[in-house]
Amino acid sequence: MDISWAHTGTSVIASFLASLVECVEALTVVLAVGSVRGWRSALIGCATAIAVLLVIIAALGTVLTHIPLRIIQLVVGTLLLLFGLRWLRKAILRSAGLIPLHDEQAAFAKNTELMRYFGTGHTTWDKIAFAATFHITMLEGTEVVFIVIAIGAGRTGALLPASLGAVAALLVVIALGFILHRPLARVPENTFKFIVGVLLSAFGTFWVGEGMHLAWPAADWSILALIASYLAIALLMVPLCRSRSQAVTSNT
Amino acid sequence: MKWIKNIFREIFGLFVDDGAFALAILIWLSFVRWATSHLALSSAIIGIILFAGLALILIESTTRYARHKR
Repeated sequence: MDISWAHTGTSVIASFLASLVECVEALTVVLAVGSVRGWRSALIGCATAIAVLLVIIAALGTVLTHIPLRIIQLVVGTLLLLFGLRWLRKAILRSAGLIPLHDEQAAFAKNTELMRYFGTGHTTWDKIAFAATFHITMLEGTEVVFIVIAIGAGRTGALLPASLGAVAALLVVIALGFILHRPLARVPENTFKFIVGVLLSAFGTFWVGEGMHLAWPAADWSILALIASYLAIALLMVPLCRSRSQAVTSNT
Repeated sequence: MKWIKNIFREIFGLFVDDGAFALAILIWLSFVRWATSHLALSSAIIGIILFAGLALILIESTTRYARHKR
């Protein structure tokens, strides 16, 4: 099946930005663990989790090829909508100042403190460092795997661009980690989540429609119209939510 | 095995943090799926209905949260 730039380009961007957010969250904990307890066990834990995730991806990829595409589009589209609209809702509420922004600096400090509580790892094999980085990489990595599958499974040939976006995000975060050696607090996570929420919601709507046998006007280019529409609504909702909460405050 | 439990909890949390919001999305998708097979509407109209319902659910959920937050 032929896929257009509208599909490939937006797949890469959506996958890259969503994966970037998850990788930054994982990197924050890995840096906290590595800087307190030593890098060897921390990096081995991280690498082991990545290896386990690669096995899961290989297994899921094989299973997906045996399921009819319409069913994948409907199921993955529904999951993508639940996921994307949830992110978009949270990003709107964060931008409106109704829920606090995610603070990587605070997360780094909290994890560093936690690692110090368990004492420093003087032995060559540090189980705590291994377990901590394995867990966080598995948790955040599972989210990345889902994002790649959700973005890539809706259309034949779309899995590769979605995977490339995630790999690019991982490489960018690893490079920044080596350069900075500290949490990436300056990464505007809420802005990423806002954009990714819009992109995933648009993809989800498009694939659910395709799974329901809808013939979208202008085919793949409808994704761009959906992205523009969700973005417009989300941008309008930020000041509206802010004013609603202020109105409630002034009335009480 | 605690980490497996944590992963499953994390995966569930990927999709649901406000139960009413997630449920509204699922109900709307079920309705639109029913409409595609029972109502003689064009694909373009159903596409617009699908999007409009999801947008309204998003608007309602965020404004409801804003009203009750402060």
